[in-house]
Amino acid sequence: MQETGFTPAHIVRLYDRFEALDKEKTGLLRPQDFGAINGLAMNPIGDRIIGAFFSPGQETVDFHSFVRILAHFRPEDKKRPKDPSMPEPVNSRTSKIKFAFQLYDQDKDGKISRAELLQVLRSMLEMQVTEEQLESIADRTIQEADLDKDDAISFEEFRKSLEKVNIDHKMSIRFLR
Amino acid sequence: MPALWHSTFFLVIVLLAISRPSLASQAGNDDLQMGTEHRTYKGTENGTTNLITTLPIVTWNWQEIQFPYLVALWILVSWLCKLMLQLNPSLTSVIPESGLLICIGWVLGGIIYWADKVQTFRLQPFIFFYYLLPQIVLDSGYSMPNKLFFSNLGSILVYAVIGTCWNAATLGLALWGCWLGGAIGGIDIGLLQLLLFGSLIAAVDPVAVIAVFEEVHVNEVLYILVFGESLLNDGVTVVLFNVFNAFVSLGGAKINAVEIIKGIISFLVVAFGGSLVGVIFGLLISLLTRCTKNIQIIEPGFVFVLGYLCYLTAEMLSLSSILSCTFYGVCCQKYINANMDERSVSTVRYVMKVFANGSETIIFVFLGITAIDPSIWVWNTAFIFLTLLFIFVFRFIGVFFLTWILNQFRLVPLEFIDQVVMGYGGLRGAVAYGLVVSLDEKKYKEKNMMISTTLLVVYFTVMLQGITMKALVNWLKVKRAAQTERTLAEKIQNRTFDHILVAIEDISGQIGHNYMRDKWNNFEERWLYWLLMTPSARKSCDHIFNIFHKLNLKDAMSYVKEGERRGSLAFIRKETKIDVDFYKKFGANFSEMMPYIMTENMGSDHVPVSSILWDSMPSVCLDMHEQDLKMRESEDVNAHHLLQQHLYKGKKQHRHRYSRKHLEVNKDKNEVQEIFQRTMMSRLESFKSAKIGVTPPKKITNHLKKDQPQKMPNGKSTDNSKSHAYGDEDGEFSEGDSASGCEAADGSFPMRACRGAGIVNPAFNAEMDPMPPMQQIPPWLAATEVDSSAVVPSQRAQLRLPLTPSVRSSPRGHD
Repeated sequence: MQETGFTPAHIVRLYDRFEALDKEKTGLLRPQDFGAINGLAMNPIGDRIIGAFFSPGQETVDFHSFVRILAHFRPEDKKRPKDPSMPEPVNSRTSKIKFAFQLYDQDKDGKISRAELLQVLRSMLEMQVTEEQLESIADRTIQEADLDKDDAISFEEFRKSLEKVNIDHKMSIRFLR
Repeated sequence: MPALWHSTFFLVIVLLAISRPSLASQAGNDDLQMGTEHRTYKGTENGTTNLITTLPIVTWNWQEIQFPYLVALWILVSWLCKLMLQLNPSLTSVIPESGLLICIGWVLGGIIYWADKVQTFRLQPFIFFYYLLPQIVLDSGYSMPNKLFFSNLGSILVYAVIGTCWNAATLGLALWGCWLGGAIGGIDIGLLQLLLFGSLIAAVDPVAVIAVFEEVHVNEVLYILVFGESLLNDGVTVVLFNVFNAFVSLGGAKINAVEIIKGIISFLVVAFGGSLVGVIFGLLISLLTRCTKNIQIIEPGFVFVLGYLCYLTAEMLSLSSILSCTFYGVCCQKYINANMDERSVSTVRYVMKVFANGSETIIFVFLGITAIDPSIWVWNTAFIFLTLLFIFVFRFIGVFFLTWILNQFRLVPLEFIDQVVMGYGGLRGAVAYGLVVSLDEKKYKEKNMMISTTLLVVYFTVMLQGITMKALVNWLKVKRAAQTERTLAEKIQNRTFDHILVAIEDISGQIGHNYMRDKWNNFEERWLYWLLMTPSARKSCDHIFNIFHKLNLKDAMSYVKEGERRGSLAFIRKETKIDVDFYKKFGANFSEMMPYIMTENMGSDHVPVSSILWDSMPSVCLDMHEQDLKMRESEDVNAHHLLQQHLYKGKKQHRHRYSRKHLEVNKDKNEVQEIFQRTMMSRLESFKSAKIGVTPPKKITNHLKKDQPQKMPNGKSTDNSKSHAYGDEDGEFSEGDSASGCEAADGSFPMRACRGAGIVNPAFNAEMDPMPPMQQIPPWLAATEVDSSAVVPSQRAQLRLPLTPSVRSSPRGHD
């Protein structure tokens, strides 16, 4: 609880949700349980997000990990003392950016290659643009962000390209009590 | 400075000229200070009505022409004031422009008063509300950042409704308390009148807020909150004003619970009714622009006419006209921007700004002028002072209190500093003045006192708070607006974030903001787009795509500017031709659409080309949208790739290469062929090691016709070659040539396809020995390029190979 920063009321609510999703009452969530959520099926990157819940190699998600991932989306605590000895809290700006980065970087090589970017773009824009346009967009994006010219976006470059964006605003949701 | 004095002098003369004829028009006003010259003309005029004895060569038609002449002259004078101000930038950085305009208004008013002994010109309420205010509101609505507005709508509504009611009530009650206590003096006023006064002075004014906040770039959330509040509180102000006005007429005795309930209902009706009117008109204009493809020249006009009608309709139904105009703009902006041609969109945007700015200027100047009128001044020190004090204090209290409540619910809480600025930014303006002047004198004995107080409040807030706003913002270190433009990467990330948030909300089972926004987007995409947007607009309305498109355009423009800037280099003349040719070529692609571009581009002058280019750039895009229907979609891609490959990368790295590149681009088909041949010859020498044969040009072009569009953005190729020396450019040239060759032949195909041909002619490969490098397709390329022709990767592959240096460094003969 301390790790995620949720209040007890939040945790209870999330536990209720966890149980509601866990149809078979095993105490663990499987990809199919996530798939049952309606909105998620229509979401272009829904499957990637589901994948983010599962640690590599694991088939199930327990409540602890569930909450941990959701904790990424808590609004940042402005009053948090900057204690360098403590590990980075889950909902800090860096962690949020890292989460987004991992969504792109499916093969976990630490870089977003052109192909990976293209896949995400394709799923987000598939209906509206042609393949060539998608590729132009992907290329241009990489050109804009890629500083060391390796034709892929590393985490640092990713972070740098987003330095003007208010991540706290964009990657937080209001957790109801 | 001399310019300043000249314009001042001119203004004074103009004003004197205005005041004299206006006086002449007042019947029975025989002011002997008029010039004799004027007299005789008047005599002539009178004479013409009776009997003319001889044919008058010219007549003085002041009577007929008076009204429009005065109107036009006053508009000119107001705008000249604005011009004068801009001559002295150091002054405008300290005092906001609106304040300075008021000061000039005082001066002008003084001059007129001195000339006429009576204030002939004042800001009439009906002129203000029907002719000056609509444009400003229309502009606000049209340029409202929708996403920001709607995500903060809850907070905005809280401030607008509850905040304004609080301000009005507390001000009225406080003043009433003071009146009862005798602090204001024995004036003939009652609780209801004071409440009315409170309601009209409590409202934050959109005109003033725009004027001041425009110069102080605070962060967008703060701006949208203050601005949104100023627009939406009109709903409350109108209701409160009308309700209290009616109550005053009814008399205090008749007010009971029924009336109060009616008042509340009337608020709901006025506010929602006004918004509904706005939405309906917004839908109308969207539907209309869907059908106006053939009358693009008048398209922008419809936006304005319907907007004005919307305002007037709401006024007619006694609903909130500001709300209706705002929602008109908010609803229609997305659809009309997509439906209309780019030039129409630019027109609408600029004309809106012209009108809005112009109106704002006129309003402030007249606010100054009307002050110089002793007949309206009733100076009640206590009243004025108390009003100012209470406005200030209660605004801050209201803002802090409401923000504290809101912060419990907001995702990103408002900081204290922002709250201070919000409280301080509660400026009153012309709307309050307009309302107070429209009061009936018989019911309101103290109307003049209220007018004077209102004017003083307006001056105080606009000038003092306006002046100190910038200093305050700097001192408090308020977060400022982000200055940079959005990059494509950011745009994409934002989209990704939106999707992530929706997903997370789904997973965690919360119905939040994002969920609703997502639902709205889906609804919009399914139904509204189909209904309100033209088919071609629907396809290209994606946000990311638009940003991409705009970025390309921007690069194209900078490329042109860059090209023109190179005055001293030897190939300047060729270069202009290049520009001409390039765009003409561009035009050649869509030549059926734009024959005029070709004729205009005939000139070899430097200047016309650039202006044409400015014009032709949007036309290109126009075609890209329009031709969706006629030509293949690859045309779009064509244009985009063209731009991308030529412009985006090069802008950052090798500018000189661009111009050299286009050296070879030619308008004449034959010339193109010839150059192509030359290039191919020279290539042949260097390609000998790669064992590629060359077929005669015509065959090449034939084959090229069959080529499907290349999928590779050639930005990549420029990428690799950039590290080479000057000789590289030659590589680029030939690509350019072949491109031109293809285009001239085909008329519809991407330079890219030809580009491919330039280096490795796909045609040959079909007939001749395949190039060894062709086999070596980088795996990651092959993986993505599943549907491209085999040749395409090979071109890229070839470029990447170590062989390329030798290709590049070979001497070029054709240059």
